[in-house]
Amino acid sequence: MSYVADVRALARKDLLLELRARDTLPAMLLFVVATFVVFHFSLPAHSSELAASGLLWVAIVFTALLGLGRAFVPEREQHVLDGLVLAPCDRSAIWLAKAIATLAFLAVAEVVALPVFALFFHGIGTATVAAVVLADLGICAVGTFLGAMAVATRARDLLLPLLFLPLAIPIVVGGVGASVVSAPERYLGFLALYDLLFGVLCWATFEYVVAEAQ
Amino acid sequence: MSPVGRTYRIPLPALAAASLVLVTVALALVFFVVPNDADQGFSQRIFYFHVSIAFTAYACFAGGAWKALLHLWKRDPSADLESYVAVHQGLIFGSLVLLTGSIWARISWGHWWLWSEDQLVLFLVLFLFYAAYFMLRFSVDPGPQRANLSAVYALFGVVLIPVSFLAIRIAKHFIHPVVFTSNVSKNLPGSMLVTYCVAQAALLVLAYTLYRVELSGKRIDARLRELRLA
Repeated sequence: MSYVADVRALARKDLLLELRARDTLPAMLLFVVATFVVFHFSLPAHSSELAASGLLWVAIVFTALLGLGRAFVPEREQHVLDGLVLAPCDRSAIWLAKAIATLAFLAVAEVVALPVFALFFHGIGTATVAAVVLADLGICAVGTFLGAMAVATRARDLLLPLLFLPLAIPIVVGGVGASVVSAPERYLGFLALYDLLFGVLCWATFEYVVAEAQ
Repeated sequence: MSPVGRTYRIPLPALAAASLVLVTVALALVFFVVPNDADQGFSQRIFYFHVSIAFTAYACFAGGAWKALLHLWKRDPSADLESYVAVHQGLIFGSLVLLTGSIWARISWGHWWLWSEDQLVLFLVLFLFYAAYFMLRFSVDPGPQRANLSAVYALFGVVLIPVSFLAIRIAKHFIHPVVFTSNVSKNLPGSMLVTYCVAQAALLVLAYTLYRVELSGKRIDARLRELRLA
């Protein structure tokens, strides 16, 4: 029970911080809309709807990357992570709370982005929406984890995309598959499997990412 | 905490000699003994090395992940360096897979790169993933934190390999409706199977030898640094 309370307190902290400072969300919204405009001009006239569906996933991954890059910046600048590691809570709660907060930002960004996509390109089916939801879980779980890794290094912001993109390829495969084929079940199942596997892996190993020298 | 080597291992010169003999025998078998493939002719002979190298690369990545697990679990002080060296060898063999795969694709299908070849695409993803491992490792100062981060990332690799493989398999259904099948993996005749096994053994021993050479070099390096600081 106290684990849930820890996670809730930590996630609440991130959401409150964003509500007051408004650092990340406006940037993500503006970025995703700007990406769509770029995509419109990068797609030749009369290109198929399928191409646009693929680009939706590019936009989602890069928008998420923008948010994830910011996720641990307050912790780094204010040395919050040192305090959190000392706090008497399970370390995986730090990851879970951060992933939930990032998921909330990404979800808000997509609530705006998907209708904008439908307006600019073509309508979106329920399979795509389901795939976006499942993909978001995986993106936030893995991305938050790698974000915590990246802030511990000298390269910092430079490193996150390099670490994240190879791991995001299966998500893109599942997402694009679910958006373009007529029977999306296997792709949705694949996304769920990805979420499950990497969720458990992140949850189990996060302790080592933030652990200080023993 | 100094990464002191264990002593029960097979001596390096013996390993080097074994890999020399095995690689020579494998090359002789591939070029002079085994018959041409009925469909692909002479060029199919690269199969014996391409597939063995791929398997060896997987073995290196798996070894690296195993050592990473030992580091996190048992706090084995030498496991971090061993994990790093295994992943390094894996990346070298993985690059060779891309190279031999490209050559084979060029000869067989006329293109240097084929997105329909699962193995090649998977190794491209793995190459990107493990190249990022090195970026990660070299942007953290040596110490327990670097060891932890590298170990956790190496563990991600063993989950990513099957997941990516599955992803590439299912991606074919919307990217490439036509699936190429290379019929080399199906029921190999006897001499081909023997040749493959010898080539596989040769590359595994070679990889292990290289691993040991690099490991001892890295250990001497670390020891020298310690002495200089002392």
